[in-house]
Order: sequence, then structure tokens, then C-alpha cells
Amino acid sequence: MSTWRIARLIAAKDLRIEWRSRVVTNQVLPFAALVMVLFAFALDNDNVLTRVAPGLVWLATMFSMLVLVQRAFAVETADGALDALQVAGVRPGGIFLGKSLALAAQLAVLETVLLIAAVVLYQAELQASGAVLLVTTFAAATTGLAFVGTLYGGLAAGAKGRETLLPLLMLPVVAPVLIGATRATEAAFGTNGASSSEGWPWIGLLILFAVLFGAGGTLAFGSLIDE
Amino acid sequence: MEPVVHLADVVAVLGGFPVLAGADLTVQRGEILLLRGPNGAGKTSLLRLCAGLLPVERGSATVLGCDLAVDRTVVRSRVGLLGHANGLYADLTVADNVAFWGATVGATKDEVAGSLARMGLDGRLADVHVGRLSAGQRRRTALACLVARRAELWLLDEPHAGLDAAGRDELDATLREAAASGATVMVASHELERAGALATRVVEVVGGQVRQAGTP
Repeated sequence: MSTWRIARLIAAKDLRIEWRSRVVTNQVLPFAALVMVLFAFALDNDNVLTRVAPGLVWLATMFSMLVLVQRAFAVETADGALDALQVAGVRPGGIFLGKSLALAAQLAVLETVLLIAAVVLYQAELQASGAVLLVTTFAAATTGLAFVGTLYGGLAAGAKGRETLLPLLMLPVVAPVLIGATRATEAAFGTNGASSSEGWPWIGLLILFAVLFGAGGTLAFGSLIDE
Repeated sequence: MEPVVHLADVVAVLGGFPVLAGADLTVQRGEILLLRGPNGAGKTSLLRLCAGLLPVERGSATVLGCDLAVDRTVVRSRVGLLGHANGLYADLTVADNVAFWGATVGATKDEVAGSLARMGLDGRLADVHVGRLSAGQRRRTALACLVARRAELWLLDEPHAGLDAAGRDELDATLREAAASGATVMVASHELERAGALATRVVEVVGGQVRQAGTP
């Protein structure tokens, strides 16, 4: 089977598991909303909250993503399915792309909810002129995060203490996405008088990040899960 | 005729410890081979090596005409391994699991339905989530996935474990049918009476080496 067909098969399977188990809707979304509320309590200043809303959205996304990634690989390791996929000769590149696709879909839902929460809780204002930049930022950042999450999730899947290892490995690596996505989102929101044009150079960074980790993950995933 | 499995003086290492120490084995197409031996003798390692999951440290290993030192990925797509774990997704139904594993080799809906029926899973059980099944029912589901994958070499580690009498009979019938249709079966088991009645040949694995034991 081609890599792309395998990817579609894996993504459909992962999304069906999510649909049946409702972990995103019942656990991850409430967790993300709780993080946003706690940020509001901690900062307790409308002006500050409005100013830092883009950063808080992406911080909450990354914390919540850890839960999603843990879950995505827990279903593979609980009964030896990842081993079985290897024995079945399923192309590792297809597994990587499929799991990334499913993770990206779940992240997209999560980010939409967080964006709405930022508007409601932090009075962040969406501007029509920044709409294209905002959509592009979310698409590029989501793609990059999904690739990194899948790559490091696969790396930690067979390791002892993977629950604590994953954040240690992954959070430093996604720092460029946090910075780039936050700056681009600030530009899209017009935070501190920023204009949309200031956000586009950050999109380049996000796209470069996604391409590097997408290509690297597709090539290296087989070796990672073989170990 | 080229043997399906040919191992000559194979050494394999796991975590710095030699799990196979000069193993020699030849298995012909259509055989049902029983591997017997004490715990830690190397039966599971032998099956994992034949599945392309354990690298060959030294010696020569050919499975389905492919050199394991070169073509491990090709071998993997043509063998089916049922180890101690079942490789199932607890949040999917029995039918979803079998359909997924069948789809990895392009199995049709009819073939998936046939696999479910072969293991007696085509009724009410097909729509039950695997997480709600008993250990025996999960084992049967895993076997149905193996049937759907149309493997040429079946590698089974304690396949009877957890199965009730009906499940054991269905498993034995499935393995005999698979062997009759040209597949080759290697079974590691401690249930010597049951597996011995099924096997066409028995070998003993001791200390990472294979000793020929003859017919059951």
C-alpha cells in the first residue's frame, strides 16, 4: 500500500477511536478551558490579559497537546498495536503522516475553542484585516506542532517514564512555534498597535519548522519506533 | 522446494543478552511446527526473529526467500505474528479492528466478514468494543485480524491461552485450513497435548538453540 493510503487509514482509525472514546471533548477541552480560566485568575487585569492573550492561547495549546500526544500513543502501546503495525510491514512514514493528520485535526478543534475562550475571557479583538494572517498562522503552527508531537510521541512511546519524558523532550523543541505563532497572532489581533504585515515573516518560520519536522519525521519514524 | 524458514547458526541478542545462540532450523511450506521448551529458552525470540522484529547478530537467516539481514521490512509485510499482546484497539469494535488490520493488506469487505465468521465473531460480538471483551474473546479477535491479513507465515506465541473449548477448536481448524491452503504455521506453546495434536512436526528450543524432536 502507498504511504498516503496508509496515512489515511491510520488517521481514520485514530479519529474513529477519538470519536468513540470522546477523550478530546470530555477531558482535553475542559482542561484547556481550565488553563485559560486560571491564567485569567492569575493575571487578574483586563488590559494585561488582552495584551498577552495570543501567548496564552498558544501556551494552553501546547500544554493540552501533551495530553493529546500521550493519548495518541497510549492507544498504540496498550495492547502492542505499534509492534503489530511494524510486523504488518505498514510503512512507518505512513504511520507518522496518519497520526500527524489525526493530531492536527484534534489540535484544530482545540485551538478554535481556545480562540473563542480568549475572545470571551480576555476581550481579545479579532480584526477583519488580520483574518487571513490568523488562519495561516493557525494552519502552519498546527501542522508543525502535529509533526513534532507525533515524532516525539513515537520516540517516547517505548521508553520508561514516558509520561514525564515527553514534556521534557518536546516543550523545548516547540519553543520556536510558541514564539512565531504568538508574534503572528499578535499581529493578526493588532495587539499593541501591531499591523498584519508584521506577522508574515513569522509565518515563514512556522512553515520552515513544519517542513523540517514533516520531512525528518517521515524519514526517521521507522528507526525511532524500531528501537 | 525452497524452505519458508531457513536459519543457520543464528545468534540474536536482546539487551546485551544472547537470546538465540547458534540456532539452526528449516521449515517447509504447509508445515505446522510446534516449538516447545522451558521458559526463557528462546521460543518467543525465535518467532520475533522470523517476524523481522529481532535483528540477526550473526549467522544466516532466510524467511520467505528474503535475507533477514537485508529485507526485514519485506518479510514483515508477509508474516503474521500473534505474541503475548493482541495488537487490538480497545475503543474500537471487533469488526472495526478486523477491518482495520485487513485494510493494511487491502482486504475486501467480504474477506473481513469471512475472517469474522471464521472465528465465530460475526454475530452480536462484531459490534462490541474490544475493551469490553473477555481475554478469550480478545484472543479470537486477534486471530480474526491475522486471518484477514492473509499472512504466508503464521507465528503464534501461546495462541491457545485464554481461549475456551470452542475457541480452541476454531483456532485449530483455522490453522489446519491455513496450512492446507499453503500457509506455514509456527506455534510456541506449553500446551503440548493440544498443540502437539495440531502440529505436523515438533522441535525443542533449549538455551537459544533448536533441537530436532521429530513428529508429535
